[in-house]
Amino acid sequence: MQKNKRLMRLSLLVFALTAMVTAMAGCAQKANHTKGVYMLVDTSGTYTEELNKAKAIINYLLGTLTPGDTMAIGRIDTGSFSEKDIVAKVTFDQRPSVANTQKRAFQKKVAEFVSKVKSSSHTDISGGLLQAVEYLNESGSGEKYILIFSDLKEELAKGHVRDVPFQLDDFNIIALNVTKLRDDIRDPKQYMQRVELWREKAEGGGGNWRLINDLERLDNIFS
Amino acid sequence: MPDATILFNITPVPFLSVLVWIFLSIAAMYFARRPFHDAMASLGRVIHNAMRVAAASVKSAQKRLDVRNREVLLAAGMEQAERRTEREFERIGTAVERNLKAYPQLQRQLRENLLRLEDDYKQSAEIPQGLSDWVKVIDAIAAIKPSGDPMVANILEDIHNTLKEQHKIALEGHRKAVSQRHGILSRMVPQWRATDKTLSGLEKAITDLTARSQAVDRCMTEYETVRIQSDAAERQLSSSSLTQFFTSGLVLGVFIIGAIINFNLVALPMSEMVGGASYIGAFRTSDVAGMFIVCLEVVVGIFLMDALRFTRLFSVIGCLDDKKRTWFFWILLIMLTILAGVESSLAFMRDRIAADMEALRQTLAGIEPSAVAASKIPTIGQMILGFILPFILTTVAMPFETFISSSRTVLGMTASWGLRALAFFLRLAGNLGYYLGRLVVNVYDLVIFPALWLEALVVRKMASASDEKNAEQDGSANRKTPMTILEEAAPCKKTND
Repeated sequence: MQKNKRLMRLSLLVFALTAMVTAMAGCAQKANHTKGVYMLVDTSGTYTEELNKAKAIINYLLGTLTPGDTMAIGRIDTGSFSEKDIVAKVTFDQRPSVANTQKRAFQKKVAEFVSKVKSSSHTDISGGLLQAVEYLNESGSGEKYILIFSDLKEELAKGHVRDVPFQLDDFNIIALNVTKLRDDIRDPKQYMQRVELWREKAEGGGGNWRLINDLERLDNIFS
Repeated sequence: MPDATILFNITPVPFLSVLVWIFLSIAAMYFARRPFHDAMASLGRVIHNAMRVAAASVKSAQKRLDVRNREVLLAAGMEQAERRTEREFERIGTAVERNLKAYPQLQRQLRENLLRLEDDYKQSAEIPQGLSDWVKVIDAIAAIKPSGDPMVANILEDIHNTLKEQHKIALEGHRKAVSQRHGILSRMVPQWRATDKTLSGLEKAITDLTARSQAVDRCMTEYETVRIQSDAAERQLSSSSLTQFFTSGLVLGVFIIGAIINFNLVALPMSEMVGGASYIGAFRTSDVAGMFIVCLEVVVGIFLMDALRFTRLFSVIGCLDDKKRTWFFWILLIMLTILAGVESSLAFMRDRIAADMEALRQTLAGIEPSAVAASKIPTIGQMILGFILPFILTTVAMPFETFISSSRTVLGMTASWGLRALAFFLRLAGNLGYYLGRLVVNVYDLVIFPALWLEALVVRKMASASDEKNAEQDGSANRKTPMTILEEAAPCKKTND
């Protein structure tokens, strides 16, 4: 009789422990705190001169992202809606030491890209944005960031159609280093209209729009 | 939406309208005065009584809590006194065991010493033989007067020589005997000293036992004071409890800082083991794992202290028999040492990961990686810290136990003060409600004072009219005719007719 009681107590204890472990594992699976960052780098026209700044931003991001996060760099050229335009991509390993090695390799790849990049004739920002959305949705990151390193002046090649509505729910769209063009200096309204146009596109798609021109304020990216 | 200005337009002149409204209002209030007074008096009484009842209830709860607090405090004091007395008894037991265990041997030694001393004394007491009887003969011969006879002179010469020889032999014998007695006496000296030393040891042991017994007496007196549940004991325990609460709280705070440092040592390397991207709820799994290790060390430390009987947080451990408890202690100590070793290696790993991260940051920032200092002292320091901290954290059990036991009393006292304050505020609210009701009644009367004044005037008039009427009636009743006066002046004489 006593043995039975003991067995019963033991089985109850095992059951409680199993339930606790399952619940904890459930919690561990449900929470998704990972970040996904896709940075679009404009390589059209004279904007290639700004690429060293882009490299500095990428390095900052590499230093900020943690194990489990995803990062990709895509170029904006004549037709950006293509996997070929993804310069480098990585999902950092869970272990910090392996993640550090991956970061070093990523940095090397970006440095090679910056040194060898050739400017494109057209600027397909919308295509790049669509590619970024697709990639980040596949990555399954908890927080999604698309950084657009461009002057935001879109120039589509003949025959390219980009009237697809953006689905940017839960996306943070951050425009970086939006330089003023020669025409903007003459007529600032053009610059404002350009920025406003992209803000409307981003927010119209359900995303959050931000503009960071001062690269000293990069710590605001993930705030 | 009705326009409020319509109220001022009931007559062509707004001022008149206002006067009319005031008059009507005062009239309405005058007629509603009695019910309003009654209502306000009732409300005041309701508030007053309700608050008094509530205050009485709270006061009763506070008294019950006070009794409970007293019980808890005295129970804690009793336990403490018991522990102290028990410890003193253990000490006295150890002292008795240590000092008096050798008592039979000591007694035997003393007896042997005394026997030896007695023997020596007897030996030293033997009196050497006196001079033989022939000395008297010689004395008799020596008394013979010289006659000048050479034969007698020769005989006397021989006797003299013999006497000298005999004297010499006797003196030597006497010296030898005295020397032997001195030898025996000098042999007695170390035995005296040994006896003295033994007796000194015994005296010291007895003094020690006396001091211990005095300490036990003190403990027993304290215990008795707590047992009879005197007010003095309660006050003393209460004060002691507050002091212990704040002191142990302070020490616990220091330990918490130590635990945080410990946690920081293990959290980063744990991400290398359990992954840095998984979460349990809102917390990183690596952080939870690091905290788990620190908590595990604290728990093992608490068990260890209980096994050593330094604390009594888990009575089951304290109640184990000594053999099992010793086994338990050694198992816990081994576990703690393993945990300390693990933490030390984690601290080493942390140092490596931190260095790697720093190098990466420098590379990303475009800075030439600085030459890493060749010194391994920081690494060794971290490893030593990682090894020592778990052992230091084990002692948290003692302030923790004190904090828990004293917090019961302190929380009880705080709750009692809170209830007392609540009872006071309830009584205050009751009185305020009662007097506010009276104030409102007075203000009400103040507002309708024209009507009241009018009423008083009318009542006075009516009263004076009534008085006059009554006076008239009384006057007519009291007015006496001359005949009546005469009748009163001349009393009626009763006749027999």
